[in-house]
Amino acid sequence: MTFINQLANPTRFMALSSGLLPWIAGLSGILFIVGFYGAFFSAPADYQQGETIRIMYIHVPAAWLAMFFYSLMTISAIGALVWRHPLAEVAQKAAAPIGASFALICLLTGALWGRPMWGTYWVWDARLTSMLVLLLIYLAIMALWRTIDEPTQAGRAVSILTLVGFINIPIIKFSVDWWNTLHQPASVFRMNGPTIHPSMLWPLLVCAVAFSLFAVALHLVAMRTEIMRRRIRTLTILAADRAEQPGATPGMMARGPAE
Amino acid sequence: MSAFFALVKRDLALALRIGGGASFALVFFLMIVTLTPFAIGPDLNLLARIAPAILWIGAVLATLIGLDRLFQADAEDGTLDLIKASPLPLEGVVLAKCLAHWLTTGLPLALAAPLFGLLLAMEPAGMAAASASLLVGTPALTFIGAVGAALTAGIRRGGVLIAIMALPLMIPVLIFGVATCNAATGGTVPFATPFAILCALTLIFAVIGVIGAAAGLRQSD
Repeated sequence: MTFINQLANPTRFMALSSGLLPWIAGLSGILFIVGFYGAFFSAPADYQQGETIRIMYIHVPAAWLAMFFYSLMTISAIGALVWRHPLAEVAQKAAAPIGASFALICLLTGALWGRPMWGTYWVWDARLTSMLVLLLIYLAIMALWRTIDEPTQAGRAVSILTLVGFINIPIIKFSVDWWNTLHQPASVFRMNGPTIHPSMLWPLLVCAVAFSLFAVALHLVAMRTEIMRRRIRTLTILAADRAEQPGATPGMMARGPAE
Repeated sequence: MSAFFALVKRDLALALRIGGGASFALVFFLMIVTLTPFAIGPDLNLLARIAPAILWIGAVLATLIGLDRLFQADAEDGTLDLIKASPLPLEGVVLAKCLAHWLTTGLPLALAAPLFGLLLAMEPAGMAAASASLLVGTPALTFIGAVGAALTAGIRRGGVLIAIMALPLMIPVLIFGVATCNAATGGTVPFATPFAILCALTLIFAVIGVIGAAAGLRQSD
C-alpha cells in the first residue's frame, strides 16, 4: 500500500514511468516477433477451420484486454472516489479509449473470423452481443469524459458511472445468455473440437503477453499525456488569472475560475 | 417522511401543470406504436408477433423523456441546493423524484398498453402480460435513468448523453420485459419465471439507481 501511495505522486510516477516505458515497449516488441512467428508460421492450420484459426491469436488477447481494462477502470474508480488519488483518475481516463479499442478489435476480428466459419459477419451470439454491449458502455464513459470540462468533477462523475456499469455487467451477461437460449439461433458452428493443442497454445500465450505489455505501454503513455495536459491546463488558468489581475497577491491566483 | 411526500407532490404538480411531462410521454409512446406498422407493413400476424417488442422499445424511449430535467431544472434555479439542505437524506430525495417521474411516465404507459396493444392485434392474454410487465418493469428504467440524470445535472444539453449512458444498462430490463409478454402467449418458459426476474431487476435497480444517483448529485458540488 505504501508503494502505491508513493506512486500516487504524479511527479514520482512521471520519473518511474519514463524509465520503465522503453523496457516494457521493447519486451512487447520482442514477444510480438516471437508470438507472430509462432502464430503465422510455426503453428499448424486447424483441421476444421484451416488458416482462419490464425485470427484467434489477435482475437482472443483483444477480448481478454477489453475486459481487463474495464476491471482496471473499476479499481481506479474506487481509488478516485474513496482515496481521491489524482493518479487514479488519470489511470481511469487513459484506460477508457484503450479498452474500447480492444473491444472493437475483438468485434472486428470476430466478424472477419465469422464470415468464413459461420457464413456471416455477425450472429447475435451471446458472447458477441455481450462484447458489443461492453463497447457501448465504454463509449458512454468516453462521452461523459468529453462532456464535463473540469477534470476532477468529470473524474468523480465517470467513477460513479464506471462502478454502476461494473455492477451491471454480470446482470447484462446473464440476461443476454437467457435471451440467446430463448431465441435459439440458426445452427452456429461451435468449436467442439479437441482442446487446444500445445503447438497452438504457446503462440497464443506469447501473443497474449505481448498484447498485454503493449497495452500497458499504451496506458502509461496515455497517462503521461493526461498528466501533461492537466499541468498545461493549470498553468493556462494561472497565466490567465495573472493577466487579468496584475495586482493580486500570489496566494489568490491558485483559485478556480472566479464567480 | 413529510418532506418526502411534499417533494413527490411538488414534482407531480409540476409535471401535470407545466406543459409536457405526463402527457408527452404517452403521446410519444402512441407515435412509436403508430410509426412501426408504417415501417414494416400492415401484416397483422407479424405485428401481433412483434407487438411486445414494439411496446417495450416504446416504453424504453418514452422513459427517457423528462429524465434530462429530472434534476437539471432544480440544479439550475437553485432548488436542488435547498433540497440538499433539508433533513431528508439525498437518497430519499432521489427516491421521491423517481417515484414522481414513474407516476407520470411509467404508470400511464402500463395502463395504456392494452389500448395500444389493440392497434397491434395482440391477444387479450398478451395485453394483460404487457401491462403487467410494464407495470413492474418501468420503475427499473426510471431508476437507471436517474443515475444518468444525476451525473448530467450540471451540464447543458445532457439529454442525448443520458440516453447514451442509460440505454446499454436498460438491456436486461428490455430482455425480461419482452420475455414476460412472450411467455404469456405461449412459449417454452412459464410466465412466472421471466416475470419474477423482472421484479428482481426492478428491486436491484432501485438500490443501484438510488445510491448511484445520490452519489452523482453529491459529486457535483
